[in-house]
Amino acid sequence: MTTGIVDIAAGEEAGGLEVQGAPRRLIRAVLGNRKAAVGALILLVIAFVAAFPGLIAPDDPHAAIYASDASPSSSHLLGTTQLGQDVLSQLIWSTRLTLIVTLIVSLIATFLSMIVGVTAAYVGGVTDRVLTVLTDVFLILPVLPLLILLAAYLPPGVTSLIIVLCITSWAFQARQLRSQGLSVRNRDFLVAARVRGERPLYIILVEIVPTMTSLLAASFLSLAVYVVGFAASLQFLGLGNSGDLMWGTMLYNAQSASALEAGNAWWALAPGAAVALLGTGFALLNYAFDEIGNPALRPVKRRRALRRQRGRASA
Amino acid sequence: MRYLARRLGLFAVTLWAALTVNFIIPRVMPGNEASAVLGTFRGVNPAALHALEIQFGVHTHQNILSSYFEYLGNCLTGQFGVTAQGVPVMSEITSKLPWTLGLVGITTVIAFLIGTLAGVASAWWRGGRLDAVLPPTLFIVSTIPMFFVGLLLIYIFAVKLNWLPLGSNYSIGTTPSFSFSFVWDVIKHAILPGLSLVVVTAGLWVYSMRNNMITTISEDYVKTGRAKGLANRRVMFDYAGRNAILPNLTGFAMQLGYVLGGAIVIEYLFSYPGLGYLFYTATTDHDLPLMQGLFLFYTLAVLVCVLIADLLTAVLDPRTREA
Repeated sequence: MTTGIVDIAAGEEAGGLEVQGAPRRLIRAVLGNRKAAVGALILLVIAFVAAFPGLIAPDDPHAAIYASDASPSSSHLLGTTQLGQDVLSQLIWSTRLTLIVTLIVSLIATFLSMIVGVTAAYVGGVTDRVLTVLTDVFLILPVLPLLILLAAYLPPGVTSLIIVLCITSWAFQARQLRSQGLSVRNRDFLVAARVRGERPLYIILVEIVPTMTSLLAASFLSLAVYVVGFAASLQFLGLGNSGDLMWGTMLYNAQSASALEAGNAWWALAPGAAVALLGTGFALLNYAFDEIGNPALRPVKRRRALRRQRGRASA
Repeated sequence: MRYLARRLGLFAVTLWAALTVNFIIPRVMPGNEASAVLGTFRGVNPAALHALEIQFGVHTHQNILSSYFEYLGNCLTGQFGVTAQGVPVMSEITSKLPWTLGLVGITTVIAFLIGTLAGVASAWWRGGRLDAVLPPTLFIVSTIPMFFVGLLLIYIFAVKLNWLPLGSNYSIGTTPSFSFSFVWDVIKHAILPGLSLVVVTAGLWVYSMRNNMITTISEDYVKTGRAKGLANRRVMFDYAGRNAILPNLTGFAMQLGYVLGGAIVIEYLFSYPGLGYLFYTATTDHDLPLMQGLFLFYTLAVLVCVLIADLLTAVLDPRTREA
């Protein structure tokens, strides 16, 4: 079980020479860690639903042809909406856009935080100070109020959602990547690159960034957790386009129609649960990533701890 | 002292940044949202309208720099503009503030205590049953969006079991007083929104506290404390805990922005008439001056808490006072 993890560490130590074996090692590490395995399974299922909603959904999500506000039954497993649409079909078709927005924002924000963090660390001096203050300011500014404020000026829709989430979400990761960047700053291979006369952009992208692959992956995962929740919250508050098929807009529509009290509670609970599940999937993978990357956090084997306790008691 | 001076500097810069963000947004965003919204303002007195026009860059013929300084001056002298109804933004905020302060203040302190104590305990008995269950559970729960926890609690306790009210701050028809029945009514209305906040936020601090604690426990002075034969509790809180909590205090203040954001969603969900609900109604009414005033107010609240945390850190950690 632990061999996969050790292998990964060994692979990194060797500078990733054995590129071919890397994906297989990653898969073994994920399967070896129970949290990672559960997280990966959740994400795989959601990705499958997002890829092939037409295969699974019993109905057209827009067809408003059934009795309105029906509670769950064999023909409508999650009931129907106020307009008489099948809730399950809406849930399934909404998976795609929700997942796409999450992935796009997390990718862009990871990239932004990488640029800001690594540039600050590598260039140093005034640039570093300015970027650090900028990062600290964005860390302190309350996120949701800022998101709401920005979204209020933009036309409601997916593009606006992606823009405002990218603007507000990069700061925390930028700070982490900066401190990682500082720690490699004076290593020999960077000195060598500088002596060779490489340009700073080349050094940052080709020399520094590859040493941070695992941290970047962890950044991406924790950003995804965060984006899933904030996108849904923003749409829940009515700052999305209620016509977009997303879980957040389903929640908004359900809440506007008082679904909980009207007897079709699943209209609100199902997309809420779906958002929670997607967030949990990313969070589990991230938690496991931390454990793989930092052995100190790994759970101590129960037996060893017990033995130590017994030893202490007898002493 | 240099530590505190640096933190005060960050305070000033962030406040200035928030004001600047407020000033810039209406000018750089595409479309003419601000002028469209201001056009609907009726019955606002001319001086107040002029101030708003400067803030949003509508119909002003003066150059942008002088507008900017006039706006900063207005904010520094406490003039945050008026809402769409012509009510000063500040008085609108202060009238709703007590409800949010009560709800969010109390639940945040409870959640911080739960999270920190759970972190201390699971680090102390590392590898035990508690450590295996508590931190991961609290952490996973903390990644669940607050509105979902709120929805579940409403569905179970208000709709299905009918034990607690669906929303609002007190029952319609009761008059506020300090009688037992009214206070109980207020508490009953606060339980579900408060519980939603506690459940989700407690996990924010458990993980970092546990990890700080694990690092601190292996320090020599903790071993010395043990070797001296001090009581377990003394070593746990006075030796290890006191030092392990330092990074968490700053974390606490930093997370406050997140908690306040969550409270917006929760107050909307429970129609709880605090600042968050005010924010929600401001967005549906497109009341831009009120939204920007609230954004500033939230920023200020977080900044004050960060500053308090810094002061506490200086009290608890002598090193920061010397540095």
